[in-house]
Amino acid sequence: MTDAVGLPPPGIILVLGGLVLPLLRGLGPAVALLLPLLTLGAIWGIPDDLTVTMPFMGQYDLTVLAFNPPTKVFATIFAVMAFAGALFAHPITGLDSERGRRWRVELPAAFVYAGSAICVTFAGDILSLFIFWELMAIGSTTVIWSAGTRAAGRAGYRYALVHFVGGVLLMAGILAKVFALQASGVSDPLALHHFFFGAAGFEGLSFGTGDAAAWLILLGILVNAAAPPLGAWLADAYPEASESGTVFLSAFTTKTAVYVLMLLFAGTQLLIYVGLLMAVYGIVYAILENDMRRILAYSIVNQVGFMVCGIGIGTAMALNGAAAHAFAHIVYKALLLMSAGSVLYMTGKRKCTDLGGLYHSMPITMTCGIIGALAISSFPLTSGFVTKSMINQAAADQHIALAWFTLTAASAGVFLHAGIKFPWFVFFQKDSGLRPPDPPWNMRAAMIFFAAVCILLGVPGLYGPLYAILPFPAAAGETLYEPYTVPHVINQLQLLLFSGLAFFALLPVLKRTLTITLDADWFYRRLFPGAWKHLVRPVVLAFREFFDYLFGQLPQMAKDIVYSPPQEARMFKEWGLGGAMVVITGFLFAYLVLGYIAA
Amino acid sequence: MSLEDPRTLRKLWTASLVVLALLVLADFWVLRDPHHHAHFGVDGTFGFYSWYGFGVCAVMVLVSKFVVGLILKRKDTFYDD
Repeated sequence: MTDAVGLPPPGIILVLGGLVLPLLRGLGPAVALLLPLLTLGAIWGIPDDLTVTMPFMGQYDLTVLAFNPPTKVFATIFAVMAFAGALFAHPITGLDSERGRRWRVELPAAFVYAGSAICVTFAGDILSLFIFWELMAIGSTTVIWSAGTRAAGRAGYRYALVHFVGGVLLMAGILAKVFALQASGVSDPLALHHFFFGAAGFEGLSFGTGDAAAWLILLGILVNAAAPPLGAWLADAYPEASESGTVFLSAFTTKTAVYVLMLLFAGTQLLIYVGLLMAVYGIVYAILENDMRRILAYSIVNQVGFMVCGIGIGTAMALNGAAAHAFAHIVYKALLLMSAGSVLYMTGKRKCTDLGGLYHSMPITMTCGIIGALAISSFPLTSGFVTKSMINQAAADQHIALAWFTLTAASAGVFLHAGIKFPWFVFFQKDSGLRPPDPPWNMRAAMIFFAAVCILLGVPGLYGPLYAILPFPAAAGETLYEPYTVPHVINQLQLLLFSGLAFFALLPVLKRTLTITLDADWFYRRLFPGAWKHLVRPVVLAFREFFDYLFGQLPQMAKDIVYSPPQEARMFKEWGLGGAMVVITGFLFAYLVLGYIAA
Repeated sequence: MSLEDPRTLRKLWTASLVVLALLVLADFWVLRDPHHHAHFGVDGTFGFYSWYGFGVCAVMVLVSKFVVGLILKRKDTFYDD
């Protein structure tokens, strides 16, 4: 093992570089395309056995750079995604146009977000993982807010609240575990291997029902994985970001959660059921949805469900499948959202009921959207076919009938709710009379790039490099997995095309309406505010004097009796938990940066 | 050729149904392929992937529309102030 001091993890290039971008003025957009490529070079240039530690608070070491088994595949696709996203978001109309002004906020935020996600994949201890995990929440919230609309402002606020609650759960679990480790005399309580709770993990520890720390950590991660009912933030917030913001958002939060789940909870049986629930939930909500980007947002939950289920199965085949599928998913999902984003950018419309017939005038956007739709549906000769099948195969190999039949049903359902529904209602369906041209060159280039990746990864013989960086690569001379057998290809075509038949046979039922479907966000958008307004507040007001006495005068009297504060202490105010989390994360991050400079 | 033309649509439907029929018939050949492994019994029977793909999708559409939709569907101005 090589040890180096002072070398930052590759993601820092994006985090710090992103923050400098607005200062570079005219050069910024070009440098923005360079930074992800530099990061990718760094990810591949660092030797696999390198670890970098830095002292933390005297007695601990933070391992800010280490290769865990799934690090390479996730870090690689995160960097590639940052490049394609930057190309798609390129301020073609100039930095002083509306799009350019938005770019100056959105892209730095997106790079902080993407860079932090890469840093999470390189974290070798639980605290550096947590720091970058929280920095992702700050970056992604800013991406949502930079859309600049009132709806985005409010959705971003809800998004931030949910993620800070998730962060608090995660931190509480981490602290509980660290204190327990310290109590039992462990000298390195922050080391990641103490947090491997999964039964079949890379160094498995078992995780029983009595382990509160493991439960809190699992819940904190499942918030970010968007598992229902903790995941309503995703379909609430993502479609409110700008056409380029949503492309970035689709890639990092849920897939970083997949990475961390894989590391900490591989083989945890509960995750099989969580994953199956996610896969089915995504389909049902997407079928009912009218907003084209919200359809795709629900289908993120559906696809992450396959990965979470694979992590629950926990065999080498299943974990390879989950990691490979995360890689393929980031590309085709970003491609689908670029296609939808181009339509939104060129028409200003987002509802299926307002769209249709765009095949007349947007051939490139349509073709790329259809390629993304085929890849998400795992059609033979696309990326999804060589990745998702490994998860289904693992369920079959382990004879988990519920998982196999549900995943197979969900595979058919993917074609229905995303593979056909999105292209059909946007590009065909009816003639809306809209005749917008294809979007500007940079958006077309980003789509063509990712469409090419979707196809190339699915070509027999060309997916080898992806298989080679999976968590459990094949031994020399052995085949990891062979997706192209005659039965597999034919069975997949039967499943998908008959799903297509169901779509067109039931088209009258699927006709879009001007409706939304209530999700768990109803609790914090309607129930809690309503309960406060109609129940709690009237009661509080009715007993105002009593509460004033109880919470105001009584503590004041007690304080005056036992303690008289010095004058300067009155400068400090109490902070909300969310605000405190932001400040603490900011401080920890500043500490890390200073640590590098000092070292 | 326009996709709005009923004659084009009829041709597309005919071609699609022929492809679907051929895919079902392909099972005569697929079930004898040495790479074919049935893990749960029913997945090795004739036409399984075809009827399962159609059936589960039909069920999901109908349940979404007439069970979940009926209970949870609201006007899209529901959250507007």
